[in-house]
Amino acid sequence: MEKKNLKKLIDDLGLTCVANENLLDREVNSAYVSDLLSDVMGKAQPQMLWVTSQIHKNIVAVASLIELSAIVIVNERKPDEEMLKLAQEEGVVVLTSDNPAFETAGLLYNYLNTAP
Amino acid sequence: MDSESFIRNSSFRGRGGCTFKADLHIHTCLSPCGDLEMSPQNIIRTAKEKGLDIIAITDHNSTRNVRTCMELGKKNNLFVIGGCEINTQEEVHCLAYFPDLEKLDEFQNFLDEHLPDIKNNPDIFGHQVAVDEDDNIIYEEEKALIMALDIDIESVSEKVLSMSGIFIPAHIDRSKNSIFSQLGFIPFDLKYNALEISWRTTVEKLTEKYPKLTGKRFILSSDAHYPEDIGRVHTKLKMEKTDWESFVKAIHRL
Repeated sequence: MEKKNLKKLIDDLGLTCVANENLLDREVNSAYVSDLLSDVMGKAQPQMLWVTSQIHKNIVAVASLIELSAIVIVNERKPDEEMLKLAQEEGVVVLTSDNPAFETAGLLYNYLNTAP
Repeated sequence: MDSESFIRNSSFRGRGGCTFKADLHIHTCLSPCGDLEMSPQNIIRTAKEKGLDIIAITDHNSTRNVRTCMELGKKNNLFVIGGCEINTQEEVHCLAYFPDLEKLDEFQNFLDEHLPDIKNNPDIFGHQVAVDEDDNIIYEEEKALIMALDIDIESVSEKVLSMSGIFIPAHIDRSKNSIFSQLGFIPFDLKYNALEISWRTTVEKLTEKYPKLTGKRFILSSDAHYPEDIGRVHTKLKMEKTDWESFVKAIHRL
């Protein structure tokens, strides 16, 4: 996997940032796909993107704990105001994708495996 | 009748009350994964045979088989509490109990509103039938009860508590459909009356793994889907008599 700039990744893949647009100068090194927070807590690594369809606010705490680069919520699912407020407070970048998890992960996989 | 069973089987108000054996998580033939042998009459008979004093009927996302169980319970001196096992948007299973049939019906409307309109496939998930006291089918649920509601766990908790119900995250020790498996940890602002652990663990083992749970209120129940599993574990409740108010007090004394 190649390290990529988060801002450029969002632009190139057509993702939408819904929390912490001011923090997009982060780097991304890989991604992890799971809807089980217990699984993510055990397996995901810092600077990863987390692809999920969960929108519960606990995902913010998990992303912050592991120092993930961002959460990518798939399938046009929309987090509520309370969750976004918590994300702002915790400095967790939240992105949304109009694609389902498979397509989103496929796009990310190719993108992160391509040399800059 | 000896004095102990007299006290247990009547509304006798003893000083400090009696200890009752409660299995508060039992599925019926209405649950897709519930055995068709889990008819109200089989459940009540088996619960009595196993020496239980209190049971709760908790089908997946439905309360439609509770009424028959409660009526049969009354006839057989078994205190039956009506409830259900809700599958929240996060796919966390949670138990809810309600004071009476009126409240159960009100909560059924909430379930109908939030359960997605996806048809059950009985060949894959099993049949979903409610039956009368003689095992005649009186209702078949068309929607797949195994699905998750379209509403989050906090909203479900608020709804249950606002209706004077009891709200308990189910089998929190399990690696699927538990608050820990789905959400990693208990959301800080989630309101609940107790936590349920399954027959697979004990409070001691669980609090060793999660020290933060020390001092919480726990119930231990069978999650029976087959008659032989009813009462495989139980919760001891100290109650003055077998009614809803005493039950609520007993849960808060755990």
